[in-house]
Amino acid sequence: MKKTYKIEVDCANCASKMETAAKKTEGVKDAVVNYMTLKMKVEFEEGADPQEVMGRVLNACRKIEPDCEIFY
Amino acid sequence: MTKKQKSKLYRIIICIILMIVFMLLPVEGIVKFALLLIPYLIIGYDILIKAGKGIINRQPFDECFLMALATVGALIIAVTTGGDYLEAIAVMLFYQIGELFESYAVGKSRRSISELMDIRPDYANIETDGKLERVDPDEVEPGTVIVVQPGEKVPIDGIVTEGRSTLDTAALTGESLPRDVSEGDEVISGCINQSGLLKIRTTKEFGESTVSKILDLVENASSRKSRSEDFITRFARIYTPAVVFGALALAVFPPLINMLILSGDPAWISWIYRALTFLVISCPCALVISIPLSFFAGIGGASRDGILIKGSNYLEMLSKTKTVVFDKTGTLTKGVFEVVSVEPQGIEKDELISIAAAAEQYSSHPIAMTIKKADKSNVRKKAENIEELAGHGINAVIDGSRISVGNAKLMNMKGIKVPEYEGGGTVVYAAENDKYIGRIIISDVIKPTSAEAVKRLKTCGVTKTVMLTGDHSGAAKETAEKLKIDEVYYELLPSDKVEKTEELLAAKGRGETLVFVGDGINDAPVLSRADIGIAMGAMGSDAAIEAADIVLMDDDPVKLAKAIRISRKCLRIVKENIRVSIGIKLICLLLGALGIANMWIAIFADVGVMVLAVLNSIRCLFIKKL
Repeated sequence: MKKTYKIEVDCANCASKMETAAKKTEGVKDAVVNYMTLKMKVEFEEGADPQEVMGRVLNACRKIEPDCEIFY
Repeated sequence: MTKKQKSKLYRIIICIILMIVFMLLPVEGIVKFALLLIPYLIIGYDILIKAGKGIINRQPFDECFLMALATVGALIIAVTTGGDYLEAIAVMLFYQIGELFESYAVGKSRRSISELMDIRPDYANIETDGKLERVDPDEVEPGTVIVVQPGEKVPIDGIVTEGRSTLDTAALTGESLPRDVSEGDEVISGCINQSGLLKIRTTKEFGESTVSKILDLVENASSRKSRSEDFITRFARIYTPAVVFGALALAVFPPLINMLILSGDPAWISWIYRALTFLVISCPCALVISIPLSFFAGIGGASRDGILIKGSNYLEMLSKTKTVVFDKTGTLTKGVFEVVSVEPQGIEKDELISIAAAAEQYSSHPIAMTIKKADKSNVRKKAENIEELAGHGINAVIDGSRISVGNAKLMNMKGIKVPEYEGGGTVVYAAENDKYIGRIIISDVIKPTSAEAVKRLKTCGVTKTVMLTGDHSGAAKETAEKLKIDEVYYELLPSDKVEKTEELLAAKGRGETLVFVGDGINDAPVLSRADIGIAMGAMGSDAAIEAADIVLMDDDPVKLAKAIRISRKCLRIVKENIRVSIGIKLICLLLGALGIANMWIAIFADVGVMVLAVLNSIRCLFIKKL
């Protein structure tokens, strides 16, 4: 399953760090952050609950970029 | 400006004013330092807080942390050696100015690019009880009748049920070629209704309509990352740690060597200062921002011109195009047959056409349709005993004479002698009572811009042009010659086209791109097999938008050269940015290590380079003159 979320982040490097963090999160198969359109596209593992996984993704992202926001 | 940006701007202004005021005050030493700490904290408090969070979260290579370390370090050095307090504050100040500029410039280009692509309709009109009601296009079910007034955008694909008007397709194709529509015509969303009121029965949901598909495609394009972007991401990942470790080494080893081996003055302060200079240059932001921004701008600009590029990676590959393979019908030619020449023998031209049209009057073969269209006589002759021989032609009796209309095989079968014909197109022979009375040549018409398109391709780095066609050799060679195409392969079945394309792919050099251009109808396998598949004239054709990597909305082949030019400009800018940013940073690192560059130069390397790179990226947007 793939879903796209709106995000808020200030710098391009932080965006690419968020992408790395999201990819490593449990339940995420693949993630792409598009800094230009401020969107995060997440492909979930089968059977994963997007809502719950996104909570973990946000936590992981906050660790590297305290200011970031993901609207899920 | 957003709220966040405004507050940063105020902080920058206040900081500058305070700095000037405090510098003019007649105080010295520790009092001055204490006063100058105020603007420092005003401008840098958020960085310091973030740096603290970075430490807690064990993110040692966080930019804020490094910036905080560099400025605090510089302040301490200034206090202990009685040096320049201003420097540390200025570094923080410029860093913030850079951040503000970055977020402003990116936000601005984000907006202007989305404006470029602003073809999204905001509402649809539905008539209820004689009154128009505006609704969200998302809520309109297929089969609903919507009303589009003059000046409004067609929100959803559909069929005109009432009214006639002219549609402006500029938003989709980049060229304002008005299209007349009337009852029964299909219309696609994104066009602007210019003259009359139209009632349209929708055939699709909004999400499936052309305009939504295009928007999706362009918005998602920058998610497919190019190799340049991957390179930069990888570079950024090692750059920051490398610079930090470099700084550490610079702070520790030279003084130790000085002290232990050369038994001289360790000069700790000087080396630590140089190390802090390193930290200021450690942020890779200039690079990381400018590359996707360039691609985004290039893709946005191209879409305004009716060139839809599905990903940054395709834009990148397109710039290395060396071989262009064309499908003939519908790409270089109009895909519509026309009578190009009538060569009667013993009778009038019009007479020949009208006899042929009469014989073929019940046939629905494309060639028959073309001849019937060319027949200008008011009343069609009556034909009797019509006999259609598949693959040959037609025998009939017209005005008491036995008429045969068909190809060379039919003439052969009947033992009728016909003159030799060598040339392009399809030949239809006619005979009256077994006597040859003339021939009609039918051919696909070359688009007026095809020759120009091939010529322009040659000026933008393409070394080989190839044409693939199912036509027989005469027609194929003639077209190729007219258009000055280098190689032509004819009498190909669709599967042969894939095979030929594979041969060409094997023949090209490494790092070169092979582009296949087709009209998207029945050439999907080739479109996907080529390095880049370009579908042309795709307005409204879902299949083509799906199968191709790049879509040209109108069917003008000249756009091909333009697409390649856009990609080359974009890539040139990307490379400039990569080289200049990395180059300046490395030079500054070197100068910093040698003690020549101070923090002022270092902050220029960081912020100045980023500003330059961002401004340079925005140039990708301007492609009108290409």
